[in-house]
Amino acid sequence: MRMTGSRMRRMRVRLELIRRPAPSTLMTVASPLVAVALTVATGFVIFAAFGVDPLEALYFFFIEPLTAAWSLEELVVKATPIVLIAIGLSVCFLSNTWNIGAEGQLIAGAIFGSIPPIFFPEWQGPLILPVMIAMGILGGMLYGAIPAVLKVRFGANEILTSLMLVYVAQLMVDYLARGPWRNPEGLNFPDSRPFEGWQLLPKLFGTEIHLSIAFVILAVVVVAFVMRSTITGFQVRVIGEAPRAGAFAGFSRNRMILLVFLISGGFAGLAGVSEVAGPIGQLRISVSPGYGFTAIIVAFLGRLNPIGILIAGFVLALTFLGGEGAQIMLGLPEQMTRVFQGMLLFYVLACDTFIHYRVRVRTKHAAAAEA
Amino acid sequence: MGMIEGIMLTIITAATPLLIAALGELVAERSGVLNLGVEGMMAVGAVCGFAVAFETGEPVLGFLAAIAGGIIMAALFGVVTLIFVANQVASGLALTLFGLGLSGMLGSAYVGRPGVGMGNLDIPVLSDLPLVGALVFGLDPITYVAAALAVAVWWFLFRSRGGLVLRAVGDSHASAHALGYNVIGVRFMAVLFGGACAGLAGGYLSLVYTPQWAQDMTNGRGWIALALVVFATWLPGRVVLGALIFGAVSILQLHAQARDVAVASQFLSMLPYLTTIVVLVIISRNRLLLRVNTPACLGQPFVPDR
Amino acid sequence: MDQAASVATAAGETVLLATDGLTKRFGSLTACDHISLNIRHGEVHALLGENGAGKSTLVKMLYGSLAPDEGRILWEGRPVTISSPAEARRLGIGMVFQHFSLFEALSVADNIALALPPRGRRELADTIRAVSREYGLPLDPSAGVADLSVGERQRVEIVRCLLQEPRLIIMDEPTSVLTPQEADLLFVTLRRLSAEGVAILYITHRLSEVLELAHRATILRRGKLVETADPKAESAKSLAAMMVGSDVGGIKREASGPAATTPRLVLSNLSLPADNPFATTLSDIALTVNAGEVLGVAGVAGNGQSEFFDAISGERPLARDDMMQIDGKPVGRAGVNARRRLGAAFVPEERIGHGAVPGFRLSENVVLTRHGTGEQIARFVIDRRAARDVESRVGERFDVRRSGPDPKASALSGGNLQKFIMGREIDRTPGILVVNQPTWGVDAGAARAIRQALVDLARNGSAVLIISQDLDEIFEIADRVAVLSEGKLSPAQPTETLTAEKVGLLMGGVHHAHDGLPHEENARAS
Repeated sequence: MRMTGSRMRRMRVRLELIRRPAPSTLMTVASPLVAVALTVATGFVIFAAFGVDPLEALYFFFIEPLTAAWSLEELVVKATPIVLIAIGLSVCFLSNTWNIGAEGQLIAGAIFGSIPPIFFPEWQGPLILPVMIAMGILGGMLYGAIPAVLKVRFGANEILTSLMLVYVAQLMVDYLARGPWRNPEGLNFPDSRPFEGWQLLPKLFGTEIHLSIAFVILAVVVVAFVMRSTITGFQVRVIGEAPRAGAFAGFSRNRMILLVFLISGGFAGLAGVSEVAGPIGQLRISVSPGYGFTAIIVAFLGRLNPIGILIAGFVLALTFLGGEGAQIMLGLPEQMTRVFQGMLLFYVLACDTFIHYRVRVRTKHAAAAEA
Repeated sequence: MGMIEGIMLTIITAATPLLIAALGELVAERSGVLNLGVEGMMAVGAVCGFAVAFETGEPVLGFLAAIAGGIIMAALFGVVTLIFVANQVASGLALTLFGLGLSGMLGSAYVGRPGVGMGNLDIPVLSDLPLVGALVFGLDPITYVAAALAVAVWWFLFRSRGGLVLRAVGDSHASAHALGYNVIGVRFMAVLFGGACAGLAGGYLSLVYTPQWAQDMTNGRGWIALALVVFATWLPGRVVLGALIFGAVSILQLHAQARDVAVASQFLSMLPYLTTIVVLVIISRNRLLLRVNTPACLGQPFVPDR
Repeated sequence: MDQAASVATAAGETVLLATDGLTKRFGSLTACDHISLNIRHGEVHALLGENGAGKSTLVKMLYGSLAPDEGRILWEGRPVTISSPAEARRLGIGMVFQHFSLFEALSVADNIALALPPRGRRELADTIRAVSREYGLPLDPSAGVADLSVGERQRVEIVRCLLQEPRLIIMDEPTSVLTPQEADLLFVTLRRLSAEGVAILYITHRLSEVLELAHRATILRRGKLVETADPKAESAKSLAAMMVGSDVGGIKREASGPAATTPRLVLSNLSLPADNPFATTLSDIALTVNAGEVLGVAGVAGNGQSEFFDAISGERPLARDDMMQIDGKPVGRAGVNARRRLGAAFVPEERIGHGAVPGFRLSENVVLTRHGTGEQIARFVIDRRAARDVESRVGERFDVRRSGPDPKASALSGGNLQKFIMGREIDRTPGILVVNQPTWGVDAGAARAIRQALVDLARNGSAVLIISQDLDEIFEIADRVAVLSEGKLSPAQPTETLTAEKVGLLMGGVHHAHDGLPHEENARAS
């Protein structure tokens, strides 16, 4: 038994979270910025640990890519698939459904979208590109439907099934690019035949930026409208926030799971076909450096909001470019990019706490207060 | 050593890292925390284990480093999800992405270096017994650790007071808090244990299974370990069974590839992942079984109202 | 400030526990405002107050699960800091919670072991059997808590508490989950404990229990101590006046229900299998609710109330269409919105997360139940202005106190949110209104407004069905009463023909078979 006399004082310092009566508007905006700042600060330490000048490294990572026209174009090229996927994922995450297999759905979109030019290499004309894009979206949707159906029909955890399907898709595209779809005139490289002419997304204004940037803008506008102002978006948000209230409103959780997987799979598929019909120009054993995973970070960093995602997508695209630059210029390991991305997501999630909670540091005197 | 014996030996070897990682995650989940970062913790464990063993020439130190690496990663996760009550799913993903990147960064200097392996036990006479000799007495030491761990986890969870408290916290954090148990503290310890196990499992990969370091060498095993916990309906005995099944699938497909089966190697490589999906579907159909054993607070954040 | 303490000295009895200016604030709300009271050895001390008066906050501080901001606690005259429940238990303070602090997945013995210092399994099981039998609370240590009835769960809580050999037991609204007969049994146990010298701090808002059981009563109102009274010198009326202040008032309603009977809601042979191992199966329910009446469904929690509500609201559609009719139309397999379009409206028990989305604005919560009723509010695109109009109309008509225009649902107090949810449905003038626990956790003022609104709606020709655990409420506003027990519904009877005792026996239902009651009681019940 502990009887604390008035003399005896025990001091404890503890962190207490106190729920705010309403979410803080200031922190909603500030949280991602704080997270970025903390990431940069941590990067400073990491660079120093690797024995490079932190300021120089940060410059190569975050500033240098913004200084040349070609690298700005490259930034748009990299941001395009990331933002497309993240917008789809944001709808999914808002409904509290966890599709983390967007990378696989991207690959499925790339494979499906490659069917027309690979099976009909001579097909040229204004029709082929829309067909490719439609196929790509369809591929992503079908592949996204698998975990959704398994979840709805059998209750299988969608996180694990959608992720397992990423490995399956990677092996599938590896098989196709090395095997049946390999370019017969390609000197045994594991690539399909290159797409040509009408089979490629046109470039805009003589830059390296493809038409797919238009899809991004369209996606931002449409998804923002649907989520804000329509019953469909309302359903997604209600089910995500309070599933029982969703049932009370007459919304079906199962239909919603299917819908959000189709939406996010479709966007990932669109990103996939946009890669093979755009910057890559053919089907390869690897069609993405992990855009599907980066998009998860972007979705959260962008507050699951289309405009926020657009901005966050460019920030993350910068880490890809900066990582490449730092690798070449400073000999830093290429994996630095993923470290930065993971760290950023951690900081965002931790900072988000302050939207809903105030943190109070309490020093408590265990002894009874003087009466 | 006969061929069947050899295959069984490799199956056990393939099952060991899955078993260790899944046992750790099982304990964390029993306390109510869903840590999807197993893959990332394993990767960091693998690189830490390899690097320290390589620098010191001591595999034992390597394993300790692997465990330490896993614990540090888990601590990061614990701070973000338990103290800052961040979403556990998203934080687990972040841990995996971060861990895979960090392991690649730390390991960039060790790519292609020869590993420091660890010999198998070789007990005279016993190891030479026909059939069971090598299987029971001739394995690497970590496999015995894994087997002991399975028994220890079962004993802890279902026979010890600490395990009772841990299960209570996972079943109802509000009730446990009302009785005066430190919910966050218990969960933090469980998460750290999960990290230690994932780290050890990663170390096993880079020191025993394929004694070398390669980027992304965990190859989805962390995720399979997560699926194993669901498959086992949070019971340690079933984790052993599940790990052996997955070990068998991954080894048999390798043997099939080596034998030039008429199926493309990529399809055989898909088998462990497809098996995971099939197994998840089969187990999830039995909702009653899942409902009874699933920790009721799994994945739910807890903020004490003081 | 030391008025309470001086009373104690005058009585010349020894004080076990005293508080001195105990204060707890949550943000701008002072939940407990300088509370000074004392509890003597072996007395049953009632802590009386409405919802939100600060009772729970006070006892949480005494039990170490909340830290006071100001003031001190004296245990046998010495100041103590109770910084955790474990420390409270070490002192000799035990607690039986209102919303039980049990672990569903664990056995009775495990649940009890968690609150005690470690000891052998077999020894513990024997002790549980012995103590539970001794106090008339029989328990099987190896049973799973998930399989126990609510009454049995409370036994687990009490036995767990007794095994700690406490000198003070805090009981938080223990009878709210019991039938009147079960409550009587509990009182026998409590009197016996009191005779053995154990002090009991008994929290309640039921005046009859205070008069029946307590040696002294402390009344709290809005976080402040009103008085520590001697129940023998008080009447239910005088205690009520202290508890709610001056504004006690009744519900205005005409003496009798409707003259003509037009059935609006008809249930026949309604059955619904349990969808999980912890749920209740509904079997063969028949009920008719007529235009102009309020029909009350009484019952102890966990007897199928939420399943019953889900079946009527259509959140879990039924197997056959003819199991339920709205104004003569079979709707058993119809979903919740199809039923709404026929003029039905529903208010569930849980406000947060079921009746309303906490993170959404009130106008968005209007859309929640009114998007599918064929109104202007939402076809595909949501008409925000129409939703806001409803929000402000409901806010005014039902006096929903809001911090600003269109706040988030989570920013409203329980009573105000319930008024809003109720108003959202009544605003449609529904032909049928089904409400589960209309005033659960709501302050007296709001409760009265809600009950009045329900009666008014019925008198204007709607059929109102309320599912409530609060017998007082049912007797106050229901024209007819039916009782739900283990998924079966008794025939509805006019309220005038019933007494609390009769309803209580129906509430017990077949329950009593394993409750250790004498057999003739069971015979009377069935």
